[in-house]
Amino acid sequence: MKNMDVSAIKDGSVIDHIDSKSTLKVATILNIHDEEQVVLVGMNLKSECLGKKGIIKIGGKIIDQKEVNKIALIAPNATVNIIKNYNVVKKFKVAVPETIEGIVKCFNPNCVSNHHNLEPKLHVLNKNPIKLQCHYCERIMDSNDFVLT
Amino acid sequence: MASFKQRDIISIRHFNKEELLYILDLSKHMEGYNHTDILKGKMLASLFFEPSTRTRLSFESAMNRLGGTVIGFAEPGASSTAKGESLSDSVKIIDGYCDIIVLRHYLEGSARLAADVAGVPVINAGDGANQHPTQTFLDLYTIRKTKGTLEGITVGFLGDLKYGRTVHSLAYALSHFSTEMYFVSPSSLRMPKDCLEELRQRKVTCHETESLLGISKKLDVIYCTRIQKERFADPVEFEKVRGVYRLSKAQLEEMVTKDDLKILHPLPRVDEMDESLDETDFAVYFHQARNGVPVRKELLASVLGAIE
Repeated sequence: MKNMDVSAIKDGSVIDHIDSKSTLKVATILNIHDEEQVVLVGMNLKSECLGKKGIIKIGGKIIDQKEVNKIALIAPNATVNIIKNYNVVKKFKVAVPETIEGIVKCFNPNCVSNHHNLEPKLHVLNKNPIKLQCHYCERIMDSNDFVLT
Repeated sequence: MASFKQRDIISIRHFNKEELLYILDLSKHMEGYNHTDILKGKMLASLFFEPSTRTRLSFESAMNRLGGTVIGFAEPGASSTAKGESLSDSVKIIDGYCDIIVLRHYLEGSARLAADVAGVPVINAGDGANQHPTQTFLDLYTIRKTKGTLEGITVGFLGDLKYGRTVHSLAYALSHFSTEMYFVSPSSLRMPKDCLEELRQRKVTCHETESLLGISKKLDVIYCTRIQKERFADPVEFEKVRGVYRLSKAQLEEMVTKDDLKILHPLPRVDEMDESLDETDFAVYFHQARNGVPVRKELLASVLGAIE
């Protein structure tokens, strides 16, 4: 039997293969502190492809597409497993979409999107390393410039 | 090439080389087009949320000379913005009153927002420090007219390169034409790193320096800009760089330059270009301002479908 570093959950979502350093960031954007059911966070776990990886298990919650897009921005190598009755019923890699709406704010304080109650909209210029361009002011930003909404 | 009819003119990034040359060729043709009625029955809404002399009046002149009419305002205090109306609400309303909108606004991305909510085409007449595409068309037009070509020239950009939207737009446009570029500015007003990165990705040879000394002899064109007080949040920072460059006839005579060097400036100037320069063959900035009319006539006529 496989020896697990982080306990299994009965139902919910498992975000695996997070770059270990980004684990807490992913936890923050998923607002896991507001969850009522069990949340397990593991860091510095051994990984063949990443060296060290992080994992987050959220009991009783199926994460939605918007949350998957958010994860993709922070942890482009992550995989998501949907668990039902201890079994994986769906498994997929996160993918950065072509356009990102309502997740990342434009970092330009003079951008109209930061003044007129607009939902931020950014076009993905490059997926790895990630590079985004504001739909409105055209400023280009990389992951160091991201301000999540 | 995509048709210009009903097309928004928001950013120079949306135009390829073929389209830029098409605009310049038709602008030349439009120089002789005055007192015609090809835009009779068409109405331009001229919405200026920031002060402007050249851009606003040359658009209005162009529209009137082609037989169209103009409505609008020259300052936000004269619009419902003063009552707290949002930009998108203002544009949605004015959209029903006109055939085309020309917009200047202090916020970057405002023209894109206007184009997203308007049914009629929108022309960006300057959005904060971002883009000013019609100025770029007339800058290209002036360079080609005075130098005979846009291909393979060396251009020095001087002054406020950080906030200067005309610099960002022109540098991008010239990247289609194998231009070598020198960016001359105080260290606090250097070209934004994303602009430089984008130019280098487009295989432009870029150099940064704080002085014209040593490079003046290489330049075919100097594109001089005003250090814009209104873009500085901190007046102390403005005072540190105020008057740092002051081009004059005497200075240019002392420097080694090409005989056919041309100096452009989007105007207005403050103290970065002495009036003694005006009488020299270097100065083309007043011609450049005049070129705003044929270029804007061309754009209005193309976007409104009066010429193909």
